[in-house]
Amino acid sequence: MAHDNAHEHHANVDHTALGIEKEHPTWSTYWKVALILTLITALEVWVYYIPSFVASRAFVPTLLFLSVVKFAIVVLFYMHLRYDHKLFRAVFTGPLIIAMTTIVALLFLFGHLRIGAGAAG
Amino acid sequence: MSHAAALSGVQDDPHGEHPATSTGLDNKKLAIWAFIGSECMLFASLISTYLIYKGRSVVGPYPHDPCGPPNCSTNLHAILNIPVTSASTFVLLMSSLAMVLALAAVENADQPMPTELGPRLLRSSRLWLWMTAILGTTFLGFQAYEFTSFVHEGLTIRTNLFGSSFFTLTGFHGAHVTAGVLWLLTLLAIDYRRGLKPKDAINVDLAALYWHFVDVVWIAIFTLVYLIK
Repeated sequence: MAHDNAHEHHANVDHTALGIEKEHPTWSTYWKVALILTLITALEVWVYYIPSFVASRAFVPTLLFLSVVKFAIVVLFYMHLRYDHKLFRAVFTGPLIIAMTTIVALLFLFGHLRIGAGAAG
Repeated sequence: MSHAAALSGVQDDPHGEHPATSTGLDNKKLAIWAFIGSECMLFASLISTYLIYKGRSVVGPYPHDPCGPPNCSTNLHAILNIPVTSASTFVLLMSSLAMVLALAAVENADQPMPTELGPRLLRSSRLWLWMTAILGTTFLGFQAYEFTSFVHEGLTIRTNLFGSSFFTLTGFHGAHVTAGVLWLLTLLAIDYRRGLKPKDAINVDLAALYWHFVDVVWIAIFTLVYLIK
């Protein structure tokens, strides 16, 4: 594609010397990512309006899974974490793991989650 | 420092404009990632507070269930408006697309301008920065509409546990979006004043990382607050 030619400039950079692990995505990749994010959001809203699915046990895990996929796509492609230095990954994922652990621990502490009993409401 | 090196966070110019760092990485980029990491914990505390209080409001209105006397003075429907919030979520996702396109345009600002209209538009950093700021402002407009309608329906930050945790969480997020829009406007001011060059890509990248973080926080909020009943 014509608009991808602009990225040829980056191909001339000495990646090893500069420590660039992977080339950043092209414009066409960004558009595809936006389309995927839109489709996932539409799917989330669609399942919200299916009463039988909302009442099922699969509802919450499905929404959480879709949300995690969207989160990961934005972080990996738009925030370039897939392409940039590994120290940035560590600086982000470390606190993220602490944050997620804190949420789960607090939900257990306040009785919203129980081992072997699932969600307590 | 070259813009490619700046974007990767690796300094290649120890004797140039910036001194070499002990990590070999650009300190500004390392700092924004550390800031984003700390913001993860801030929003985790707000989200966990919302989840802990979820379903424990004594009086209505409630997020997903209708409410009538005696818990509510009148009959009230479920207060969350999913179609409106879905639209605002789409707007914020598209703002992230505009932001990466703005960054790509700045990265390639030193390349010859193509003659075709499509590629020319893709190379306009001003267009995509404006688009991002406008979409961010649109999201804030949706939030203002939502807050106003909630207040008119009887839900304020003091009404019940849901109101307190909901307005605190989404209000903090809205404040972050507002800060992001202001940051984008400063970049636009620089762009109009002297033009954003590839050497400025690191500064646009910092704003972009912040903006995308605001987006991923909303992805979590949309699911945990609005969709999961």
